[in-house]
Amino acid sequence: MSTPETAAAPSWRARLRRVPWQQLTPLAGLVLLVVVGALMHPAFLTSTNLFNVLTRSAFIGIIAVGGTFVIIGGGIDLSVGSMAAFLSGAMILLMNGLHDGTLSPVGVVLVGVGLVLGSGLLAGAANGLAITRGRIEPFIVTLGTLGIFRSLVTYLADGGTISLDFALRGVYRPVFYGSFLGIPIPVWAFAVVAVLGAILLHRTRFGRYVRAIGSNQEVARYAAIRVARIRTLTYVIQGLCVAIAVVLYVPRLGSASASTGILWELEAIAAVIIGGTALKGGSGHIWGTVVGAIMLSLIGNVLNLTSAISEYLNGTVQGLIIIGAVFLQRGRQGR
Amino acid sequence: MAHGPILSGVGLSKSFGPIEVLHAVDVDVRPGEVHALVGENGAGKSTLMKLLSGYHPASAGEVVLDGRPVKFADSNAAEAAGIVLIHQELNLVPDLTVEENVFLGREPHRFGFVDRPAARRATAELLATLRTEVPVTRRVRELSVSQAQMVEIAKAVSREVRVLCMDEPTDVLTGRETEVLFDLVRRLTADGVAILYVSHKLDEIMAIADRVTILRDGHKIGTFDVADLTPAEMARRMVGRELADMYPPKPAVPDDAPVALEIEGLDVPGFVHGASLRVRRGEVLGVAGLVGAGRTELFEGALGLRPAHGSVRKDGQPVRWRHPEDAKLDRVAYLTEDRKAKGLLLAKNLRENVTLQSLERFARPFVDQRAEQQALERSAREFDVRVARLDVEAAALSGGNQQKIVLAKLMLTEPDVVILDEPTRGIDVGTKRQIYFYVGELLAKGVAVVLISSELPEILGLAHRVVVMHDGVITGTLDGAGLDEETVMAYATGLRRDPIPATLESPRVHA
Repeated sequence: MSTPETAAAPSWRARLRRVPWQQLTPLAGLVLLVVVGALMHPAFLTSTNLFNVLTRSAFIGIIAVGGTFVIIGGGIDLSVGSMAAFLSGAMILLMNGLHDGTLSPVGVVLVGVGLVLGSGLLAGAANGLAITRGRIEPFIVTLGTLGIFRSLVTYLADGGTISLDFALRGVYRPVFYGSFLGIPIPVWAFAVVAVLGAILLHRTRFGRYVRAIGSNQEVARYAAIRVARIRTLTYVIQGLCVAIAVVLYVPRLGSASASTGILWELEAIAAVIIGGTALKGGSGHIWGTVVGAIMLSLIGNVLNLTSAISEYLNGTVQGLIIIGAVFLQRGRQGR
Repeated sequence: MAHGPILSGVGLSKSFGPIEVLHAVDVDVRPGEVHALVGENGAGKSTLMKLLSGYHPASAGEVVLDGRPVKFADSNAAEAAGIVLIHQELNLVPDLTVEENVFLGREPHRFGFVDRPAARRATAELLATLRTEVPVTRRVRELSVSQAQMVEIAKAVSREVRVLCMDEPTDVLTGRETEVLFDLVRRLTADGVAILYVSHKLDEIMAIADRVTILRDGHKIGTFDVADLTPAEMARRMVGRELADMYPPKPAVPDDAPVALEIEGLDVPGFVHGASLRVRRGEVLGVAGLVGAGRTELFEGALGLRPAHGSVRKDGQPVRWRHPEDAKLDRVAYLTEDRKAKGLLLAKNLRENVTLQSLERFARPFVDQRAEQQALERSAREFDVRVARLDVEAAALSGGNQQKIVLAKLMLTEPDVVILDEPTRGIDVGTKRQIYFYVGELLAKGVAVVLISSELPEILGLAHRVVVMHDGVITGTLDGAGLDEETVMAYATGLRRDPIPATLESPRVHA
């Protein structure tokens, strides 16, 4: 889905020339990591291990799909980690409160999921409207909401941990730990979000408008595009993606605290950038973001399995890969 | 002049990738002369200028300075030798002051610190000689485009310049500023400075240049004394064929042609006050005025591109366009005067650019790229976009082709009122003529056209009626027939004005 959309290609030679080789660097990096992992540890290529990696990449990956829209539209959202923590805490408290016998445990979880998705939309809309209607820099607005959401979850938890009622945990557990057709539920969710995101970004007017706005907002405005509306919607999508990640995350630990989701915003942005999306906006691909999220998760996994480098250096390796990825893509974006 | 040339190019060629854009061109610039370079867009004028001033290395041939072959490592080396190029896109740092820009990179020092009083004095003196009243401590961001241009010229003059290369310098200047610039050019040449001058405006070249080198498709057609050529001969040699009439015939507007767009008492705060006008189907309404008179702002205000209040009627119905999309749905389209910053996604391909404004026609519900591609190919044929390949970025096109793409983008929305803001700015004479004839075709289809232009000949050549603005106010609405430039200028400069905005006979109704 990444090949630039051109008229029917006349020959294989022309086709080859049109393959966006530079955009394939993230994929090459992923393949390289897999090869290195396979060479270094026999357990690496087992399906258990690989599904483990994919499951762990699902949180950041889903958030990063939303982040791809925001960044391509010329914005940035720093609040996603705090937003995830706040939504987790609020969801758990809400479900605990509803669990008084009037609703079945399944009903409680369903209501909780519905409300958290709605709250994600609202939180994203709040970011988006402050940016577009309030005409404040995205960096500033989301830096502000980063602090607000983080302090709200700390307040809700009264400085400690919010735990989900045990009766509800049993019902909710399969959403993270279960699997369907042998594939873990979070991986399914990641795949569905990524496919829907890719269709929205690459095949619809909305996606084209997001890219146009990120490329040059004035040109978009003069082309009669509702710039403020579209930009706000990118943050709404981001909020929804965070909420989906929360729905998957809460059953994993069954708790939320002030340290939930710390630095997720940086990992999500890193996944988007490693995936080849320009930080200044205008162009990018969902599939790249997916590759970026999986790569981040793979790095930790390879370091865990092998003892060549201390796993405490995970952040160092990730950092080097982020910088390296942007270095390799520089030729296409700069001049 | 008995002197030999200061600077010459011998057999200069330039290739970008596999494409040679300049083919073995000889040119020489003598001290004290104004040497014009003319040609259609893409003829190689700017490229030739950049080879001579060290911005690009030549692919073949050599640059000769004072009789000796030189190879400038970069534009700084050329500037050190006294060859300075003033860019089409100005090269100033917006957040620095006028003085800081003029001395950027070679600030006068005293005791190890920048000697700002000295720099300010020197800058003020320079600007005084240019008769430009700009405070030297003002940031360039706050200047008008024409003021910034004068600062750019001051910057060039401040460096012991021997050859001053100017690329379309008057494009953004008002008539008075152009006169100041020409005075300066005459003074510089009197001091023995040579001027290399690129312009599309043939009347300017007749007025200021001594010799002219004509380029066509990267080939040199010849160098002539300007006194030996008429503008028509110059244009003919540029395009390589006889230019028939520049403008299409102006069919009369039928008496019963309905009013398509009517603006009444429109205020655009800070720019326009109480503007009223109307345009009928099949009519071209010219909008004349000096730079800064509020012409662009009037229509941007009416179309929801900037805050405004007043009454607007489309086909007799009152409308309130809060956003450009509202105007689009009412089939009104506006062509921006700033095609690079507001008209084109330069980093995107032509297909995405041409369908941007009418994407809903290609989404069912997913964007049909094949249909888009067909629309692009149709538009390229209809507007005669001359490129080897259509799958390139918009930035790769020449100005004329870019303008055709922007125009095609507007027309894909099938508007019946089209507002063209400086549609031929920076465009060669052949493309201009194509655009004029396209306007003629629109009229035949019953489209109403508003033509905002600083080029009076095209206003007089196309418009049935002319609205003239001065300082945010419509000073006159004139009949296009028998109109002359002097009359329009009298209204544009505020020397004359009609007692009341005489555009409307209908009683005033305010929303």
